[in-house]
Amino acid sequence: MDAETLQMIYLVVLMVFLGIELIGHVPSVLHTPLMSGANAIHGVVVIGSIIVMGQAESTLALILGFLAVILGTLNVVGGFVVTNRMLEMFKKRS
Amino acid sequence: MSDVLPVIYLLASISFILGLKMLGSPATARKGNLYAAAGMFVAIIGTITLYRTADGSPLHNLPLIITALIVGTTIGWMMAVRVQMTSMPEMVSFFNGMGGACAALISVIEYMHLHSHVAAGEADHPSATVGYLFAVVGGLVIGSVSFSGSIIAFGKLKEKIKDFRFSGQHFVNIFVMLVIVATSAMIIMGYWGGMQALLVVGAIALIYGVMFVLPIGGADMPVVISLLNSFTGVAAAFGGFLYGNMVMLIGGILVGSAGTLLTIVMCKAMNRSLLNVLLGSFGATAAPAAGSGAFPGTVRGITAGDAGVLLAYAKQVVIVPGYGLAVAQAQHVCHQLEHELEGRGVDVKYAIHPVAGRMPGHMNVLLAEADVPYEQLVEMEEINPEFERTDVVLVIGANDVVNPAAKTDPSSPIYGMPILDVENARQVIVLKRSMKSGYAGIENELFYRPNTTMLFGDAKASITALIAEVKAQ
Repeated sequence: MDAETLQMIYLVVLMVFLGIELIGHVPSVLHTPLMSGANAIHGVVVIGSIIVMGQAESTLALILGFLAVILGTLNVVGGFVVTNRMLEMFKKRS
Repeated sequence: MSDVLPVIYLLASISFILGLKMLGSPATARKGNLYAAAGMFVAIIGTITLYRTADGSPLHNLPLIITALIVGTTIGWMMAVRVQMTSMPEMVSFFNGMGGACAALISVIEYMHLHSHVAAGEADHPSATVGYLFAVVGGLVIGSVSFSGSIIAFGKLKEKIKDFRFSGQHFVNIFVMLVIVATSAMIIMGYWGGMQALLVVGAIALIYGVMFVLPIGGADMPVVISLLNSFTGVAAAFGGFLYGNMVMLIGGILVGSAGTLLTIVMCKAMNRSLLNVLLGSFGATAAPAAGSGAFPGTVRGITAGDAGVLLAYAKQVVIVPGYGLAVAQAQHVCHQLEHELEGRGVDVKYAIHPVAGRMPGHMNVLLAEADVPYEQLVEMEEINPEFERTDVVLVIGANDVVNPAAKTDPSSPIYGMPILDVENARQVIVLKRSMKSGYAGIENELFYRPNTTMLFGDAKASITALIAEVKAQ
Protein backbone atom coordinates (compact mmCIF):
# COMPACT_ATOMS: atom_id res chain seq x y z
CA MET A 1 0.00 0.00 0.00
CA ASP A 2 1.44 3.36 -1.02
CA ALA A 3 1.80 6.31 1.31
CA GLU A 4 -1.02 8.29 -0.26
CA THR A 5 -3.58 5.50 0.19
CA LEU A 6 -2.45 5.00 3.76
CA GLN A 7 -2.85 8.72 4.40
CA MET A 8 -6.40 8.60 3.09
CA ILE A 9 -7.20 5.67 5.34
CA TYR A 10 -5.89 7.66 8.34
CA LEU A 11 -8.14 10.49 7.29
CA VAL A 12 -11.16 8.18 7.02
CA VAL A 13 -10.58 6.82 10.52
CA LEU A 14 -10.24 10.31 12.00
CA MET A 15 -13.34 11.56 10.17
CA VAL A 16 -15.40 8.64 11.42
CA PHE A 17 -14.58 9.61 15.00
CA LEU A 18 -15.09 13.30 14.31
CA GLY A 19 -18.50 12.64 12.75
CA ILE A 20 -19.58 10.69 15.82
CA GLU A 21 -18.30 13.41 18.16
CA LEU A 22 -20.12 16.14 16.25
CA ILE A 23 -23.52 14.48 16.49
CA GLY A 24 -23.11 13.32 20.09
CA HIS A 25 -25.63 15.47 21.95
CA VAL A 26 -28.09 16.88 19.47
CA PRO A 27 -31.62 17.57 20.75
CA SER A 28 -34.26 15.53 18.91
CA VAL A 29 -35.86 18.78 17.71
CA LEU A 30 -32.90 19.26 15.39
CA HIS A 31 -32.74 15.74 13.99
CA THR A 32 -34.65 16.60 10.84
CA PRO A 33 -32.66 19.74 9.93
CA LEU A 34 -29.44 17.95 10.83
CA MET A 35 -30.28 15.04 8.55
CA SER A 36 -31.20 17.47 5.82
CA GLY A 37 -27.99 19.50 6.30
CA ALA A 38 -25.85 16.37 6.22
CA ASN A 39 -27.77 15.37 3.10
CA ALA A 40 -26.66 18.60 1.43
CA ILE A 41 -23.03 18.10 2.50
CA HIS A 42 -22.72 14.71 0.80
CA GLY A 43 -23.74 16.56 -2.34
CA VAL A 44 -20.00 17.28 -2.48
CA VAL A 45 -20.05 14.27 -4.81
CA VAL A 46 -20.94 16.83 -7.51
CA ILE A 47 -17.25 17.77 -7.59
CA GLY A 48 -16.45 14.27 -8.80
CA SER A 49 -19.05 14.57 -11.52
CA ILE A 50 -17.58 17.91 -12.66
CA ILE A 51 -14.11 16.34 -12.86
CA VAL A 52 -15.39 13.33 -14.78
CA MET A 53 -17.41 15.47 -17.16
CA GLY A 54 -14.43 17.74 -17.77
CA GLN A 55 -12.44 14.75 -18.96
CA ALA A 56 -15.17 12.99 -20.93
CA GLU A 57 -13.81 11.36 -24.08
CA SER A 58 -16.99 10.09 -25.73
CA THR A 59 -20.41 11.60 -26.34
CA LEU A 60 -22.01 8.97 -24.11
CA ALA A 61 -19.64 9.86 -21.26
CA LEU A 62 -20.44 13.51 -21.80
CA ILE A 63 -24.19 12.90 -21.67
CA LEU A 64 -23.93 10.76 -18.53
CA GLY A 65 -21.61 13.33 -16.97
CA PHE A 66 -24.03 16.11 -17.79
CA LEU A 67 -26.78 14.13 -16.07
CA ALA A 68 -24.52 13.43 -13.07
CA VAL A 69 -23.68 17.11 -12.62
CA ILE A 70 -27.37 18.04 -12.75
CA LEU A 71 -28.30 15.38 -10.17
CA GLY A 72 -25.40 16.29 -7.89
CA THR A 73 -26.30 19.98 -8.07
CA LEU A 74 -29.91 19.12 -7.26
CA ASN A 75 -28.64 17.37 -4.13
CA VAL A 76 -26.46 20.30 -3.07
CA VAL A 77 -28.78 23.21 -3.82
CA GLY A 78 -32.03 21.48 -2.86
CA GLY A 79 -30.44 20.17 0.32
CA PHE A 80 -29.10 23.49 1.56
CA VAL A 81 -32.21 25.47 0.59
CA VAL A 82 -34.60 23.02 2.27
CA THR A 83 -32.45 22.98 5.42
CA ASN A 84 -32.37 26.76 5.46
CA ARG A 85 -36.16 26.92 5.09
CA MET A 86 -36.62 24.58 8.05
CA LEU A 87 -34.18 26.48 10.23
CA GLU A 88 -35.65 29.84 9.26
CA MET A 89 -38.82 28.77 11.01
CA PHE A 90 -36.97 27.90 14.17
CA LYS A 91 -35.41 31.35 14.16
CA LYS A 92 -38.65 33.30 13.89
CA ARG A 93 -39.78 32.62 17.41
CA SER A 94 -36.71 33.98 19.17
CA MET B 1 -2.00 27.70 -9.40
CA SER B 2 -1.93 24.05 -8.45
CA ASP B 3 -1.34 24.97 -4.81
CA VAL B 4 -4.49 27.02 -4.50
CA LEU B 5 -7.08 24.31 -5.09
CA PRO B 6 -5.96 22.09 -2.16
CA VAL B 7 -6.21 25.13 0.11
CA ILE B 8 -9.71 25.81 -1.17
CA TYR B 9 -10.61 22.17 -0.51
CA LEU B 10 -9.15 22.48 2.98
CA LEU B 11 -11.28 25.56 3.70
CA ALA B 12 -14.36 23.80 2.34
CA SER B 13 -13.64 20.77 4.54
CA ILE B 14 -13.36 23.02 7.60
CA SER B 15 -16.66 24.67 6.68
CA PHE B 16 -18.34 21.24 6.51
CA ILE B 17 -17.00 20.25 9.91
CA LEU B 18 -17.97 23.58 11.49
CA GLY B 19 -21.33 23.55 9.74
CA LEU B 20 -22.18 20.09 10.98
CA LYS B 21 -21.11 21.05 14.49
CA MET B 22 -23.25 24.20 14.44
CA LEU B 23 -26.27 22.35 13.06
CA GLY B 24 -26.35 20.51 16.37
CA SER B 25 -27.45 23.50 18.42
CA PRO B 26 -30.63 25.54 17.92
CA ALA B 27 -28.87 28.87 18.30
CA THR B 28 -26.24 28.30 15.62
CA ALA B 29 -27.96 25.82 13.30
CA ARG B 30 -28.93 28.26 10.58
CA LYS B 31 -25.49 29.82 10.41
CA GLY B 32 -23.95 26.35 10.32
CA ASN B 33 -25.99 25.44 7.27
CA LEU B 34 -24.92 28.66 5.53
CA TYR B 35 -21.24 28.03 6.37
CA ALA B 36 -21.39 24.57 4.84
CA ALA B 37 -23.20 25.95 1.78
CA ALA B 38 -20.54 28.65 1.34
CA GLY B 39 -17.80 26.04 1.60
CA MET B 40 -19.54 23.93 -1.02
CA PHE B 41 -19.88 26.91 -3.36
CA VAL B 42 -16.19 27.76 -3.11
CA ALA B 43 -15.20 24.13 -3.65
CA ILE B 44 -17.33 23.89 -6.81
CA ILE B 45 -16.06 27.18 -8.26
CA GLY B 46 -12.49 26.19 -7.38
CA THR B 47 -12.87 22.84 -9.13
CA ILE B 48 -14.24 24.42 -12.31
CA THR B 49 -11.53 27.05 -12.58
CA LEU B 50 -8.42 25.50 -11.02
CA TYR B 51 -8.65 21.75 -11.52
CA ARG B 52 -5.88 20.31 -13.68
CA THR B 53 -5.97 16.81 -15.15
CA ALA B 54 -3.04 14.39 -14.94
CA ASP B 55 -1.45 15.96 -18.05
CA GLY B 56 -1.84 19.44 -16.62
CA SER B 57 -4.66 20.68 -18.83
CA PRO B 58 -7.77 22.40 -17.45
CA LEU B 59 -11.20 20.76 -17.57
CA HIS B 60 -12.90 20.51 -20.95
CA ASN B 61 -16.58 21.01 -21.72
CA LEU B 62 -16.76 23.99 -19.36
CA PRO B 63 -19.80 25.61 -21.03
CA LEU B 64 -21.70 22.34 -20.72
CA ILE B 65 -20.60 21.85 -17.11
CA ILE B 66 -21.82 25.32 -16.24
CA THR B 67 -25.09 24.70 -18.07
CA ALA B 68 -25.61 21.52 -16.04
CA LEU B 69 -24.84 23.40 -12.83
CA ILE B 70 -27.36 26.10 -13.73
CA VAL B 71 -30.05 23.56 -14.66
CA GLY B 72 -29.48 21.62 -11.42
CA THR B 73 -29.49 24.79 -9.32
CA THR B 74 -32.71 26.05 -10.88
CA ILE B 75 -34.60 22.78 -10.48
CA GLY B 76 -33.23 22.12 -6.98
CA TRP B 77 -33.98 25.64 -5.82
CA MET B 78 -37.52 25.61 -7.18
CA MET B 79 -38.30 22.24 -5.65
CA ALA B 80 -36.88 23.24 -2.28
CA VAL B 81 -38.73 26.55 -2.17
CA ARG B 82 -42.06 25.16 -3.32
CA VAL B 83 -42.24 22.04 -1.19
CA GLN B 84 -44.78 22.11 1.62
CA MET B 85 -43.34 21.84 5.12
CA THR B 86 -45.49 18.74 5.54
CA SER B 87 -43.68 16.87 2.79
CA MET B 88 -40.19 17.78 3.97
CA PRO B 89 -39.20 14.17 4.76
CA GLU B 90 -39.86 12.93 1.22
CA MET B 91 -38.02 15.93 -0.20
CA VAL B 92 -34.90 15.06 1.80
CA SER B 93 -35.23 11.49 0.61
CA PHE B 94 -35.49 12.62 -3.01
CA PHE B 95 -32.40 14.86 -2.85
CA ASN B 96 -30.53 12.04 -1.15
CA GLY B 97 -31.42 9.74 -4.03
CA MET B 98 -30.08 12.28 -6.52
CA GLY B 99 -26.73 12.33 -4.71
CA GLY B 100 -26.62 8.53 -4.81
CA ALA B 101 -27.39 8.48 -8.53
CA CYS B 102 -24.66 11.06 -9.14
CA ALA B 103 -22.10 8.86 -7.35
CA ALA B 104 -23.20 5.79 -9.33
CA LEU B 105 -22.97 7.66 -12.65
CA ILE B 106 -19.43 8.84 -11.84
CA SER B 107 -18.41 5.21 -11.39
CA VAL B 108 -20.04 4.16 -14.66
CA ILE B 109 -18.27 6.91 -16.61
CA GLU B 110 -14.92 6.22 -14.95
CA TYR B 111 -15.20 2.54 -15.75
CA MET B 112 -16.27 3.27 -19.32
CA HIS B 113 -13.20 5.44 -19.66
CA LEU B 114 -10.93 2.73 -18.29
CA HIS B 115 -12.60 0.09 -20.44
CA SER B 116 -12.06 2.02 -23.65
CA HIS B 117 -8.34 2.19 -22.84
CA VAL B 118 -8.19 -1.54 -22.14
CA ALA B 119 -10.07 -2.29 -25.35
CA ALA B 120 -7.58 -0.10 -27.22
CA GLY B 121 -4.87 -2.54 -26.18
CA GLU B 122 -3.47 -0.65 -23.20
CA ALA B 123 -4.12 -3.64 -20.97
CA ASP B 124 -1.74 -2.37 -18.32
CA HIS B 125 -3.46 0.99 -18.04
CA PRO B 126 -1.84 2.52 -14.96
CA SER B 127 -5.09 3.27 -13.18
CA ALA B 128 -6.48 -0.27 -13.35
CA THR B 129 -5.29 -1.10 -9.83
CA VAL B 130 -7.25 -2.96 -7.21
CA GLY B 131 -7.73 0.25 -5.21
CA TYR B 132 -9.04 2.10 -8.23
CA LEU B 133 -11.51 -0.66 -9.10
CA PHE B 134 -12.55 -0.89 -5.45
CA ALA B 135 -13.46 2.80 -5.43
CA VAL B 136 -15.31 2.52 -8.76
CA VAL B 137 -17.35 -0.54 -7.81
CA GLY B 138 -17.93 0.70 -4.24
CA GLY B 139 -19.26 4.04 -5.45
CA LEU B 140 -21.48 2.31 -7.99
CA VAL B 141 -22.98 -0.24 -5.59
CA ILE B 142 -23.59 2.08 -2.65
CA GLY B 143 -24.74 4.95 -4.86
CA SER B 144 -27.22 2.68 -6.66
CA VAL B 145 -28.63 1.20 -3.45
CA SER B 146 -28.99 4.70 -2.04
CA PHE B 147 -30.70 5.95 -5.19
CA SER B 148 -33.30 3.21 -5.60
CA GLY B 149 -33.84 2.93 -1.84
CA SER B 150 -34.42 6.68 -1.50
CA ILE B 151 -36.89 6.72 -4.37
CA ILE B 152 -38.85 3.86 -2.77
CA ALA B 153 -38.78 5.70 0.59
CA PHE B 154 -39.99 8.81 -1.25
CA GLY B 155 -42.87 6.86 -2.78
CA LYS B 156 -43.77 5.31 0.56
CA LEU B 157 -43.92 8.65 2.32
CA LYS B 158 -46.08 9.98 -0.49
CA GLU B 159 -48.19 6.86 0.17
CA LYS B 160 -47.91 5.87 -3.47
CA ILE B 161 -46.00 2.68 -2.65
CA LYS B 162 -47.34 0.19 -0.14
CA ASP B 163 -45.36 -2.06 2.18
CA PHE B 164 -44.55 -5.31 0.50
CA ARG B 165 -43.55 -8.46 2.35
CA PHE B 166 -43.30 -12.12 1.55
CA SER B 167 -42.07 -14.98 3.67
CA GLY B 168 -38.35 -15.54 3.55
CA GLN B 169 -37.82 -11.98 2.33
CA HIS B 170 -34.88 -11.42 4.65
CA PHE B 171 -33.13 -14.48 3.32
CA VAL B 172 -33.68 -13.38 -0.26
CA ASN B 173 -32.28 -9.96 0.65
CA ILE B 174 -29.24 -11.47 2.31
CA PHE B 175 -28.73 -13.67 -0.74
CA VAL B 176 -28.91 -10.69 -3.11
CA MET B 177 -26.43 -8.84 -0.92
CA LEU B 178 -24.03 -11.81 -1.07
CA VAL B 179 -24.37 -11.88 -4.86
CA ILE B 180 -23.45 -8.18 -4.96
CA VAL B 181 -20.42 -8.73 -2.73
CA ALA B 182 -19.27 -11.73 -4.79
CA THR B 183 -19.67 -10.09 -8.20
CA SER B 184 -18.07 -6.86 -6.96
CA ALA B 185 -15.11 -8.81 -5.63
CA MET B 186 -14.73 -10.57 -8.98
CA ILE B 187 -14.57 -7.26 -10.83
CA ILE B 188 -12.17 -5.75 -8.30
CA MET B 189 -9.83 -8.74 -8.41
CA GLY B 190 -9.94 -8.70 -12.19
CA TYR B 191 -11.66 -12.07 -12.71
CA TRP B 192 -14.59 -10.47 -14.42
CA GLY B 193 -14.62 -7.32 -16.48
CA GLY B 194 -16.13 -5.34 -19.24
CA MET B 195 -18.93 -2.87 -19.33
CA GLN B 196 -21.63 -5.50 -19.03
CA ALA B 197 -20.11 -6.80 -15.77
CA LEU B 198 -20.29 -3.36 -14.20
CA LEU B 199 -23.84 -2.78 -15.43
CA VAL B 200 -24.99 -6.14 -14.06
CA VAL B 201 -23.61 -5.28 -10.62
CA GLY B 202 -25.21 -1.83 -10.83
CA ALA B 203 -28.57 -3.35 -11.76
CA ILE B 204 -28.46 -5.86 -8.90
CA ALA B 205 -27.58 -3.01 -6.52
CA LEU B 206 -30.59 -1.03 -7.75
CA ILE B 207 -32.83 -4.05 -7.17
CA TYR B 208 -31.33 -4.53 -3.72
CA GLY B 209 -32.16 -0.92 -2.81
CA VAL B 210 -35.79 -1.53 -3.73
CA MET B 211 -36.00 -4.81 -1.84
CA PHE B 212 -34.22 -3.36 1.18
CA VAL B 213 -36.72 -0.53 1.67
CA LEU B 214 -39.97 -2.18 0.49
CA PRO B 215 -40.68 -4.33 3.56
CA ILE B 216 -39.83 -1.64 6.12
CA GLY B 217 -42.87 -0.15 7.82
CA GLY B 218 -43.84 3.40 6.90
CA ALA B 219 -43.42 4.58 10.48
CA ASP B 220 -39.76 3.63 10.27
CA MET B 221 -39.10 5.59 7.08
CA PRO B 222 -37.21 8.43 8.86
CA VAL B 223 -34.72 5.90 10.17
CA VAL B 224 -34.30 4.44 6.69
CA ILE B 225 -33.83 7.85 5.10
CA SER B 226 -31.20 8.71 7.68
CA LEU B 227 -29.42 5.43 6.96
CA LEU B 228 -29.56 5.94 3.18
CA ASN B 229 -28.25 9.45 3.81
CA SER B 230 -25.13 8.00 5.40
CA PHE B 231 -24.88 5.52 2.50
CA THR B 232 -24.70 8.37 0.01
CA GLY B 233 -22.02 9.93 2.20
CA VAL B 234 -19.94 6.77 1.85
CA ALA B 235 -20.60 6.71 -1.92
CA ALA B 236 -19.28 10.28 -2.15
CA ALA B 237 -16.22 9.24 -0.16
CA PHE B 238 -15.50 6.49 -2.72
CA GLY B 239 -15.42 9.27 -5.31
CA GLY B 240 -12.90 11.02 -3.08
CA PHE B 241 -10.72 7.89 -3.11
CA LEU B 242 -11.01 7.68 -6.86
CA TYR B 243 -9.64 11.17 -7.46
CA GLY B 244 -7.56 11.55 -4.31
CA ASN B 245 -9.95 14.41 -3.64
CA MET B 246 -9.79 15.41 0.03
CA VAL B 247 -12.95 17.48 0.22
CA MET B 248 -15.07 14.67 -1.22
CA LEU B 249 -13.43 12.20 1.11
CA ILE B 250 -13.89 14.34 4.21
CA GLY B 251 -17.43 15.48 3.38
CA GLY B 252 -18.51 11.96 2.48
CA ILE B 253 -17.04 10.14 5.47
CA LEU B 254 -18.22 12.85 7.86
CA VAL B 255 -21.80 12.45 6.66
CA GLY B 256 -21.38 8.68 6.59
CA SER B 257 -20.38 8.46 10.24
CA ALA B 258 -22.57 11.28 11.56
CA GLY B 259 -25.51 9.89 9.60
CA THR B 260 -25.02 6.41 11.01
CA LEU B 261 -24.92 7.75 14.55
CA LEU B 262 -28.00 9.89 13.91
CA THR B 263 -29.78 6.77 12.66
CA ILE B 264 -28.93 4.95 15.88
CA VAL B 265 -30.04 7.91 18.01
CA MET B 266 -33.38 7.95 16.16
CA CYS B 267 -33.87 4.25 16.80
CA LYS B 268 -33.16 4.83 20.48
CA ALA B 269 -35.89 7.50 20.58
CA MET B 270 -38.29 4.75 19.54
CA ASN B 271 -36.73 2.33 22.01
CA ARG B 272 -35.74 -0.07 19.23
CA SER B 273 -32.52 -1.31 17.76
CA LEU B 274 -31.42 -0.59 14.21
CA LEU B 275 -31.51 -4.30 13.43
CA ASN B 276 -35.05 -4.45 14.71
CA VAL B 277 -36.06 -1.64 12.35
CA LEU B 278 -34.30 -3.16 9.35
CA LEU B 279 -35.73 -6.61 9.88
CA GLY B 280 -39.10 -4.94 10.24
CA SER B 281 -40.97 -6.09 13.29
CA PHE B 282 -43.81 -3.71 12.42
CA GLY B 283 -46.78 -5.59 11.03
CA ALA B 284 -45.03 -8.89 11.62
CA THR B 285 -47.26 -9.78 14.56
CA ALA B 286 -50.96 -10.30 14.10
CA ALA B 287 -52.56 -7.30 15.76
CA PRO B 288 -56.34 -6.99 15.99
CA ALA B 289 -57.58 -5.43 12.76
CA ALA B 290 -58.94 -1.92 12.95
CA GLY B 291 -62.59 -1.75 13.87
CA SER B 292 -62.75 -5.36 14.98
CA GLY B 293 -63.98 -4.32 18.38
CA ALA B 294 -61.43 -6.45 20.19
CA PHE B 295 -61.43 -4.13 23.19
CA PRO B 296 -63.99 -3.74 25.96
CA GLY B 297 -65.95 -0.51 25.89
CA THR B 298 -67.31 1.42 22.95
CA VAL B 299 -66.12 4.21 20.76
CA ARG B 300 -68.05 7.35 21.56
CA GLY B 301 -68.33 10.32 19.27
CA ILE B 302 -68.55 13.94 20.38
CA THR B 303 -69.94 16.96 18.57
CA ALA B 304 -67.83 20.03 17.94
CA GLY B 305 -70.25 21.91 20.17
CA ASP B 306 -69.68 19.70 23.20
CA ALA B 307 -65.95 19.57 22.57
CA GLY B 308 -65.86 23.38 22.32
CA VAL B 309 -67.53 23.68 25.75
CA LEU B 310 -65.08 21.22 27.30
CA LEU B 311 -62.13 23.16 25.91
CA ALA B 312 -63.45 26.62 26.72
CA TYR B 313 -63.99 25.81 30.41
CA ALA B 314 -60.81 23.81 30.96
CA LYS B 315 -57.91 25.07 33.04
CA GLN B 316 -55.21 23.17 31.22
CA VAL B 317 -55.32 21.80 27.69
CA VAL B 318 -52.58 19.75 26.04
CA ILE B 319 -52.55 19.38 22.27
CA VAL B 320 -50.94 16.25 20.83
CA PRO B 321 -50.17 16.82 17.16
CA GLY B 322 -49.49 13.98 14.74
CA TYR B 323 -49.21 13.31 11.06
CA GLY B 324 -52.95 13.98 10.59
CA LEU B 325 -52.26 17.61 11.46
CA ALA B 326 -49.62 17.77 8.75
CA VAL B 327 -51.80 16.07 6.13
CA ALA B 328 -54.70 18.43 6.79
CA GLN B 329 -52.35 21.47 6.78
CA ALA B 330 -54.04 22.33 10.07
CA GLN B 331 -51.05 23.87 11.86
CA HIS B 332 -52.28 27.45 11.38
CA VAL B 333 -55.86 26.84 12.56
CA CYS B 334 -54.41 24.85 15.42
CA HIS B 335 -52.41 27.88 16.49
CA GLN B 336 -55.59 29.97 16.17
CA LEU B 337 -57.49 27.61 18.45
CA GLU B 338 -54.66 27.75 20.96
CA HIS B 339 -54.73 31.55 20.77
CA GLU B 340 -58.49 31.63 21.28
CA LEU B 341 -58.23 29.37 24.33
CA GLU B 342 -55.39 31.36 25.82
CA GLY B 343 -57.52 34.49 25.44
CA ARG B 344 -59.97 32.83 27.80
CA GLY B 345 -57.25 32.07 30.32
CA VAL B 346 -56.76 28.41 29.42
CA ASP B 347 -53.22 27.12 29.78
CA VAL B 348 -52.34 25.46 26.45
CA LYS B 349 -49.29 23.32 25.73
CA TYR B 350 -48.21 21.05 22.92
CA ALA B 351 -46.91 17.57 23.71
CA ILE B 352 -44.27 16.59 21.18
CA HIS B 353 -43.49 12.91 20.85
CA PRO B 354 -39.95 12.37 19.50
CA VAL B 355 -41.22 10.48 16.46
CA ALA B 356 -44.56 12.22 15.94
CA GLY B 357 -45.17 12.80 12.25
CA ARG B 358 -42.92 11.21 9.71
CA MET B 359 -39.57 12.47 10.99
CA PRO B 360 -38.10 13.43 14.36
CA GLY B 361 -38.73 17.14 14.79
CA HIS B 362 -41.37 17.14 12.04
CA MET B 363 -44.01 18.60 14.37
CA ASN B 364 -41.59 21.23 15.67
CA VAL B 365 -40.95 22.42 12.14
CA LEU B 366 -44.67 22.52 11.33
CA LEU B 367 -45.72 24.36 14.46
CA ALA B 368 -42.82 26.76 14.13
CA GLU B 369 -44.17 27.54 10.68
CA ALA B 370 -47.47 28.50 12.30
CA ASP B 371 -45.61 30.80 14.75
CA VAL B 372 -46.28 28.69 17.82
CA PRO B 373 -43.74 29.88 20.43
CA TYR B 374 -40.99 27.38 21.16
CA GLU B 375 -41.68 27.37 24.91
CA GLN B 376 -45.11 25.87 24.34
CA LEU B 377 -43.72 22.77 22.69
CA VAL B 378 -43.01 20.34 25.51
CA GLU B 379 -41.05 17.14 25.02
CA MET B 380 -42.41 13.78 26.09
CA GLU B 381 -40.46 13.27 29.33
CA GLU B 382 -41.49 16.68 30.64
CA ILE B 383 -45.16 16.56 29.69
CA ASN B 384 -45.95 12.99 30.78
CA PRO B 385 -46.22 13.75 34.54
CA GLU B 386 -48.45 16.71 33.68
CA PHE B 387 -51.25 14.72 32.06
CA GLU B 388 -52.72 13.89 35.50
CA ARG B 389 -53.38 17.58 36.05
CA THR B 390 -54.68 18.15 32.52
CA ASP B 391 -58.40 18.69 31.95
CA VAL B 392 -58.57 18.09 28.22
CA VAL B 393 -56.10 16.46 25.84
CA LEU B 394 -56.72 17.19 22.19
CA VAL B 395 -55.14 14.50 20.03
CA ILE B 396 -54.93 15.82 16.47
CA GLY B 397 -54.20 13.13 13.93
CA ALA B 398 -51.81 11.21 16.18
CA ASN B 399 -52.36 7.54 16.84
CA ASP B 400 -49.44 5.20 17.52
CA VAL B 401 -47.67 7.67 19.82
CA VAL B 402 -50.67 7.66 22.20
CA ASN B 403 -51.39 3.93 22.05
CA PRO B 404 -51.35 2.46 25.58
CA ALA B 405 -50.61 -0.97 24.09
CA ALA B 406 -46.98 0.16 23.93
CA LYS B 407 -46.96 -0.09 27.73
CA THR B 408 -49.38 -2.90 28.43
CA ASP B 409 -49.40 -5.41 25.57
CA PRO B 410 -46.16 -7.35 25.06
CA SER B 411 -47.56 -8.86 21.86
CA SER B 412 -48.03 -5.45 20.25
CA PRO B 413 -45.51 -4.50 17.56
CA ILE B 414 -45.00 -1.13 19.24
CA TYR B 415 -44.52 -2.66 22.72
CA GLY B 416 -41.72 -0.86 24.52
CA MET B 417 -41.93 2.36 22.55
CA PRO B 418 -42.23 5.27 25.01
CA ILE B 419 -45.58 7.00 24.49
CA LEU B 420 -47.47 10.06 25.69
CA ASP B 421 -49.57 9.10 28.72
CA VAL B 422 -52.67 10.97 27.54
CA GLU B 423 -55.03 8.42 29.11
CA ASN B 424 -54.16 9.92 32.52
CA ALA B 425 -55.94 13.16 31.64
CA ARG B 426 -59.51 13.80 32.72
CA GLN B 427 -60.81 13.94 29.18
CA VAL B 428 -59.27 12.96 25.85
CA ILE B 429 -60.73 14.22 22.58
CA VAL B 430 -59.33 12.52 19.49
CA LEU B 431 -59.62 14.29 16.14
CA LYS B 432 -59.47 11.67 13.44
CA ARG B 433 -60.63 11.15 9.90
CA SER B 434 -62.05 7.69 10.57
CA MET B 435 -61.47 4.65 12.75
CA LYS B 436 -58.66 3.61 10.40
CA SER B 437 -55.56 2.45 12.25
CA GLY B 438 -52.35 4.46 12.45
CA TYR B 439 -49.21 4.08 10.39
CA ALA B 440 -48.12 1.01 12.30
CA GLY B 441 -51.41 -0.59 11.26
CA ILE B 442 -52.60 -1.51 14.73
CA GLU B 443 -55.76 -0.93 16.73
CA ASN B 444 -55.67 1.70 19.48
CA GLU B 445 -57.27 0.76 22.79
CA LEU B 446 -57.27 4.43 23.85
CA PHE B 447 -60.31 5.10 21.66
CA TYR B 448 -62.36 2.64 23.70
CA ARG B 449 -61.60 4.15 27.10
CA PRO B 450 -64.44 5.75 29.03
CA ASN B 451 -62.67 9.14 29.17
CA THR B 452 -62.01 9.23 25.41
CA THR B 453 -64.36 10.74 22.82
CA MET B 454 -63.83 10.97 19.08
CA LEU B 455 -64.45 13.93 16.83
CA PHE B 456 -64.43 12.51 13.31
CA GLY B 457 -63.56 14.56 10.25
CA ASP B 458 -60.72 16.36 8.53
CA ALA B 459 -58.48 17.93 11.18
CA LYS B 460 -58.62 21.39 9.64
CA ALA B 461 -62.42 21.40 9.36
CA SER B 462 -62.81 20.04 12.89
CA ILE B 463 -60.47 22.60 14.43
CA THR B 464 -62.17 25.43 12.53
CA ALA B 465 -65.50 24.24 13.96
CA LEU B 466 -63.95 24.08 17.45
CA ILE B 467 -62.71 27.68 17.14
CA ALA B 468 -66.24 28.84 16.29
CA GLU B 469 -67.67 26.89 19.22
CA VAL B 470 -65.11 28.24 21.68
CA LYS B 471 -65.79 31.78 20.46
CA ALA B 472 -69.52 31.25 20.98
CA GLN B 473 -69.03 30.45 24.67
